[in-house]
Formats: sequence, C-alpha cells, structure tokens
Amino acid sequence: MQHKLKTLKCAFPYTLPVLTGYLFLGIAFGILLSSKGYHFGWALLMSTFIYAGSMQFVAVNLLISAFNPLNAFLIALVVNARHIFYGISLLKTYKGLGALKPYLIFGLTDETYSLICSARPPEDVDKRYFMFFITLLNHSYWVIASAIGAILGALFTFNTEGIDFVMTALFVVIFIDQWKSQKNHIPALIGVGTSVVCLLIFGPDKFIIPSMLCILISFAALKDRIERKA
Amino acid sequence: MTLTNTQSLILIATIVAGTLITRFLPFIFFPENKKTPRFIIYLGKVLPYASIGLLVVYCLKNISFMQSPFGIPEIIAVLCVIAVHLWKSNTLLSIGSGTIVYIILIQVVF
Repeated sequence: MQHKLKTLKCAFPYTLPVLTGYLFLGIAFGILLSSKGYHFGWALLMSTFIYAGSMQFVAVNLLISAFNPLNAFLIALVVNARHIFYGISLLKTYKGLGALKPYLIFGLTDETYSLICSARPPEDVDKRYFMFFITLLNHSYWVIASAIGAILGALFTFNTEGIDFVMTALFVVIFIDQWKSQKNHIPALIGVGTSVVCLLIFGPDKFIIPSMLCILISFAALKDRIERKA
Repeated sequence: MTLTNTQSLILIATIVAGTLITRFLPFIFFPENKKTPRFIIYLGKVLPYASIGLLVVYCLKNISFMQSPFGIPEIIAVLCVIAVHLWKSNTLLSIGSGTIVYIILIQVVF
C-alpha cells in the first residue's frame, strides 16, 4: 500500500498538463451538454463510460439529432479509429500488465497515450502501477471536470458558440509537441496532406475513412524511405 | 432534450461500444503470446503522428473559404494557438488563449 502511494505521488506531476487541459475541456463539455437540457448525471455517465473527449463533443450533436444508433455507432468507430493506431504502438509497452491491462486499454485517450509514450518513471517505481495511476488520474480529472461544467451550465446561461474550438486547439498543440519531438516529419505531413486532399474530394461528412485508407497506403508505399530516415 | 431518456441511454451505449472496440481491437488481434508482424510494429511507430494531423483537419472540416467569414476566425485562432505554444510551451495557456480569441471573433467581430 505504502509502495502504491509512492507510485501515485510519483505519477501525479506528470499528469499536471492533462489536469489543466481536461479541466478546461471537461468543463466546456459539461456546459455544452447541459445547454442541450442534459443534467450533470448524464455528463458523469458519458465521461465515465465513453471517456473520449472528441467523441463526446460529437455525441452532444448526436443527442440533439434524430435517433439513429447505428449511425452513432459508425461515427464512434470512425472518430475513435486513431485509438487502433495507439493500441498497435503500445502492444509491447502493455505486455505483462495482468489484471491492470483491461483498464489501461479502456483509458487510452490521446493525452494518456502521449504521457504513456513520453513519461519515464524513476528506476525504483513499479512501471505497471505508474502507468495505471496516470490513466486513473486522467480519467478522474475528466469525469470531475465534466460534472463541474454541467453544474455550472445549469446554474448560469452561457453563450456556448465557439467553445468547441477547445478541441481544435488541443489537437493543434499535440501536433506541435509531436512535431518538435521528431526529426522525421514525413508521418505528420502524410496525415495532414492526405486528409486535406480527401476533404476536398469527398467533402466534410465522408472524408475520414478515405483519409485513413490513404494514410495506410502512403505508409505502406513509403516504408523504406521513412524507416531509413527514422 | 429531443430524445427520450431511453433513447439517449441507447445512443450512449452504442457510442461506448464503438469506442471500446477501437481501443481493444489491436490487443485482441495481436495477443501477447503471438509475435506481432513487423509491418504492424512499423505502423505503430508512425501512425500516431499522422492521426493527430488527421484530427486537426477533422476539427477544421466545416470551414468555408467561399462564404463569409471565409475561415478567417479559424485561421487567426489556430495561428494564435501555434504562436502562444511555440512561445510558452504551456498547453493550457495555448488552448485557453486560442479558444478565447475564437469565441470573441465569432461572437463579437464576425
């Protein structure tokens, strides 16, 4: 128990950037959801079990559209498809985690993924519990922040137009951080380039799946060049 | 609320299922006791950079350069996020300032 507490204390500072980001995003989500007539219990439910920021913002739109669960399911697959990429890159890191593994996979958000990839715990800390606490702390920030937002949204009236820009800003920031951490920018450029081309060809409602296919094809075609540069 | 409580719950449950599938799929397809193909390992290394790029484009997909305000609020706000982040490298500051600039631009200016 003592040891776990020490690991928790060690993991906490690493999660501070996510704490601030999730407070802002989570509160924004809660306010947006409550502006559509859903009280904070719904925010708690969604943030606990969906736990995927961008998808939850999309879900707010789905909740105010005509009831279409199949469509919602497909959108969830597409919007979250990047998690497949994260999972593939963590196959090795998440080996031998035992009972902790399902929760760590469930809690694999963009931000948790970036911390798991970058954070290096001290030698004397149990890496498995270090990763578990990072995941658990991030998850609790998100749930608490969205409940706060929903309560605020019920107490005050906000003009929420434009608040969804937090998502855009978040991804731009992650993109810059990744860009600075890498010498080889081909993967990032492939991501932006193919998506823009597919957006122009297929339009805003249908471009994600073609983009993902084009990204995969580009990576397959350029494998030798990219691996040589990396 | 346009949907009933039951409809809302069903919708949320399907979104939970879709999200869980995307997170667990790689670990189901490539279990610990089997060797992961080399190509998949390579994809694991490069895909995260491309997928964030895709997400940035996804967020900006509804901009129209043909109609007023011609994407100007988005361009200014994204440039603001980039500038503040390169300057201070503080995630919250970058996100907060960009979002506030955007909200002011679309609620007050345009």
